[in-house]
Amino acid sequence: MAGVQVANVSRSFGAHKALDNVSIDFADGGFYALLGPSGSGKTTLLRQIAGFDFPDAGRIAIGGESVERVPVEKRRIGMVFQNYALFPNMSVADNVAFGLSVRGEPKATIAAEVQRALDLVQLGKLGGRKPHQLSGGQRQRVALARAIVTKPRVLLLDEPLGALDKALRVDMQIELKRIQREIGITTIFVTHDQEEALTMSDRIGILRDGRLVQEGPPEEIYDRPQSEFAATFLGDANIFRGDATGSGIKLPDGTTIAASTGASVPAGAKASCAVRPERIRISTGAAEPDPAGANMLTGQVSKRIFAGNNSTYFVDRDGQTLKVIVQNTGAERLAEGEPVVLSWSPDSTVLVAAA
Amino acid sequence: MADQLAIGSRRGLKPALPLLLPAYLWLTVAIFLPLSAMVFFSFMTDLPLAGKEWAFTLGNYAAFFSQSLYSTLLFASLRLGLEVTLWCIVIGYPAAYVLAKVLKGRSREAIFLLVILPFWSNGLVRIFSWAMVLREGGILDTALNAVLPFKINIDLMYSYPAVIIGLVHSYVPYMVLTCYLTLQAIDDSLIEAGRSLGASRRQVLWRVIIPLSMPGLIAGAALIFVPVVGSFMEPRILGGRTGTFYGTVIEDQFVAVFNWPLGAALSFILLAVVLIILALAAPVLRRAA
Repeated sequence: MAGVQVANVSRSFGAHKALDNVSIDFADGGFYALLGPSGSGKTTLLRQIAGFDFPDAGRIAIGGESVERVPVEKRRIGMVFQNYALFPNMSVADNVAFGLSVRGEPKATIAAEVQRALDLVQLGKLGGRKPHQLSGGQRQRVALARAIVTKPRVLLLDEPLGALDKALRVDMQIELKRIQREIGITTIFVTHDQEEALTMSDRIGILRDGRLVQEGPPEEIYDRPQSEFAATFLGDANIFRGDATGSGIKLPDGTTIAASTGASVPAGAKASCAVRPERIRISTGAAEPDPAGANMLTGQVSKRIFAGNNSTYFVDRDGQTLKVIVQNTGAERLAEGEPVVLSWSPDSTVLVAAA
Repeated sequence: MADQLAIGSRRGLKPALPLLLPAYLWLTVAIFLPLSAMVFFSFMTDLPLAGKEWAFTLGNYAAFFSQSLYSTLLFASLRLGLEVTLWCIVIGYPAAYVLAKVLKGRSREAIFLLVILPFWSNGLVRIFSWAMVLREGGILDTALNAVLPFKINIDLMYSYPAVIIGLVHSYVPYMVLTCYLTLQAIDDSLIEAGRSLGASRRQVLWRVIIPLSMPGLIAGAALIFVPVVGSFMEPRILGGRTGTFYGTVIEDQFVAVFNWPLGAALSFILLAVVLIILALAAPVLRRAA
């Protein structure tokens, strides 16, 4: 086991900068998600760490040892591919045995290790099958067993659950997390699924256009995004744009929004406020008054989407549509077209510098 | 899923008949009928031309077994087929690999064209151009002597290597094409997966790429081995006196000696031997594929 350090790594393909001075520390034993839209460079970064491709500049270290010019087969990593990449000509057991057998381990050791790895992923009885006889979830488990049986220093996963259907994906998320805890391996996985990143990882790195936008624990990124992009890419957010006042922003129509978290932006500069939809209280205005200092706006419900345990209201206000999510507590539901009052605490408002 | 497929194919047979018939009619007329006639000939004492007397006989087949010359030549031809096939693998497989896995876009198209080019030229022209290259005072001889500081004599013409060179040149595109198709179907991530598990490029080649491209190697080998064993043009023109093989003897029977029944019998013995070899190899090949 080992941590991974990526320092000032850049990689270009022709004129396209796939990675632009990315630095990120993956601590030993952690579970990291690299999150970003397609083309953000997350897979390129994973391939640099794996050693399929070498950076133009920068340093990559695994367990303190510089590896940026070490080919993949010498890096002692385990990798799970998006399409599993199981060898179709080999049985499940031979697939798992591959890494040990190219190393020249004795046959008896290989057989024992393979069985242990297959037991770990709960496929102990399927060693004799061929990959095409397995379901998607089973193939995923074989790919995982194959990647960890060689006791790699770090486990890399490239959109490992992307090809599975929703229910199976949730099962595999839990399973993957269990196995990762059990063997305590540093794990880096690439995903474009924000929910997967939030539920599985200890830390998330958000990438965009080859740059690291923000990095930290899921709660921190969700509660204190440092940019509009981070706020809207990880979860939903209502964005207000205006001029910084020192304690919030002033919208073009003169309304002020107070923010008590986030960056400090000098008064007068362009700035934005991000508010999560579930932090906003929606009412007809007749109910008990909000505590003093709360942000307050009026608008009109344009649409309501009922989703069982919650409802999403789209509220039109001054040319902007705001999103509010309300838990289903049995309270009266608001009709479309109804004028409403929105209110939320400055504590729920994150100030970010304008993009 | 499998059931659906089976139902689909059963339902598909009847509407498919109009599509299948032309090909099968053509095969019947063009191959089956003449071949049947040849089978008939091979059991005759003489051709029934110009009112000549003829009778049924097994003598043509017996000739193969009574004269060791034929079996010796058959073995020589089988060896020739094996050698040419091996050379085609040695030369064709790496080329197919580069085409399928290394080159992309325009350069792939250009190189591909070069591979197929021999198909576009007439076989005889191809062989005679080799004759010009290989003979003493020919292109190869002159070129080497122009470059090398010492005098060497290269006269490959009318030799066994010349036959091999000509045949490999004619047949290597088959190997490149069949291997290219299977190699191209191998997902690059399999190669990456192998390397991520600690396998060197060579180990990935032997344990992943070659086993997965075995169907292409086998198809290519079959496409090359069978016609080379019966080949007569290259051995005759490039081999001269050393170029007597089973195929040239068969050709002689038809063209020179005018003993069609013996020629036909020798052809069917060759066919039988090739079929036996393929049948014996089938279980091994199937496991490899």
